[in-house]
Amino acid sequence: MTEIALAVENLSFAYGAKKALDALSFNVQSGECTILLGPNGAGKSTLFSLITRLYDARAGRIELCGFDLKKQSLQALARLGVVFQQTTLDPDLSVTQNLRYHAALHGIGRKAADKRIQEELERLAMFERRGEKVRQLNGGHKRRVEIARALLHKPSLLLLDEPTVGLDMPSRQAIVSHVHDLVKQQNLAVLWATHLIDEIAADDSLIVLHKGQVKASGKLSEILQTTGWADPGQVFQKLTQGPQA
Amino acid sequence: MRVLHYWRATIGIVGRELLRFLHQRERFVSALVRPLVWLFVFAAGFRAALGIAIAPPYETYILYEVYITPGLLGMILLFNGMQSSLSMVYDREMGSMRMLMVCPLPRWFLLCSKLIAGTAVGVLQSYAFLGIAWLYDIQAPLMGYVWILPALVLAGMMLGALGLLLSSFIKHLENFAGVMNFVIFPLFFMSTALYPLWKIKESSEVLYTLAQYNPFSQAVELIRFALYEQFNQQALLFTGAAFLLFMGAAIMGYNPSKGMMVKKGGGGD
Repeated sequence: MTEIALAVENLSFAYGAKKALDALSFNVQSGECTILLGPNGAGKSTLFSLITRLYDARAGRIELCGFDLKKQSLQALARLGVVFQQTTLDPDLSVTQNLRYHAALHGIGRKAADKRIQEELERLAMFERRGEKVRQLNGGHKRRVEIARALLHKPSLLLLDEPTVGLDMPSRQAIVSHVHDLVKQQNLAVLWATHLIDEIAADDSLIVLHKGQVKASGKLSEILQTTGWADPGQVFQKLTQGPQA
Repeated sequence: MRVLHYWRATIGIVGRELLRFLHQRERFVSALVRPLVWLFVFAAGFRAALGIAIAPPYETYILYEVYITPGLLGMILLFNGMQSSLSMVYDREMGSMRMLMVCPLPRWFLLCSKLIAGTAVGVLQSYAFLGIAWLYDIQAPLMGYVWILPALVLAGMMLGALGLLLSSFIKHLENFAGVMNFVIFPLFFMSTALYPLWKIKESSEVLYTLAQYNPFSQAVELIRFALYEQFNQQALLFTGAAFLLFMGAAIMGYNPSKGMMVKKGGGGD
């Protein structure tokens, strides 16, 4: 069943006099992978900071699974899983210790946490490495652990902020494929910020963000049909570098 | 159910801090070396130069090493509070702070849990220092080691809260050097950690007033009296009030709508 996992309405944000987001509105549906495409400085990280409530939006509204982020922030955040652009694992702790810490923050008991950790790590082929310190893992494996962590509390919406940056092609492909499988199998809503065109699948939804404004949004196939452009690369180029930018 | 969530989160945050502390043995060693150098070198050298008169809580003439031991416990807690603050700034720069701030718990609760975790580490360091001091023949009454626990906890919480407050202002690690010059040194040297108030009054009335109202002085006096099984009400009230003030300001500083980080702006894309 398709539900709105994330609703953003008229969202604006500024750092002092510098406008970062300008009246953004879009929805992210459950069972869909929505790609947030934008060049550096488009406002992607600011948008993620607002959705994760690192900052409060001064204008506009964000709803997560029907919960107003400002008024019902705890209920809203409980339904959110996040993988930030920078690795946020503790390098001095083992994979299991990192995941147990996250489980504790979400109020999951030790026994249930260990069960969930095993499930998620096995799915990402990382269970054998559960005892290793994060410092000893390569970039791709760290990312897998971060994805496992983001899914540990069974969120309805998964935010991915350029999770494949700096990874080699096999690692990138593995993550892209895993996330798309999750969307299909678990009816998960995914908002994936990237500027890497080849990570977009044909049935993904797309939001093109440029200079803090939504330049296009909808199913990729519909955008291509409406505009007549050949592929997402051309969409990105035309909307962020062309006369429409 | 909510209470259980809070309990598990607190255990998780405190457990993580203790695990990190155990993994970083050099942090434990350096936290102990600093006050021990003061005790073994500085205090031994100044023993002859600084005479200590009989003043509460002491009932007889004491060695200078005995006098500065509570001050050095305060130093451990002060540096531990600043270390926690530094690690908050580091975590923010490295991004791991984000994961904490994004979890479904109120900010005030997360900050309090971080504070409890940091204080637990500081109290452990303090008892390790007291153990070494005991072997060095600086021995307080046995029950003093029990009395001192709540004093160490409150002093640790107050100094940790100050660290949290500072971390809400400091955006980059490089700016942290200023904390040493503008916070740690003035707090420590303008206090009763190294010299009693009457001694400071002899040299400067202004310094005396500053030292008297320095929250670090009050924390040190709270510890000093507790170590000798005595209760210093003024020190308790002053330290408690300073804790509430610093913690309230730190919570405001980390508020997502009013916090300093918003005013300073973010980067990224």
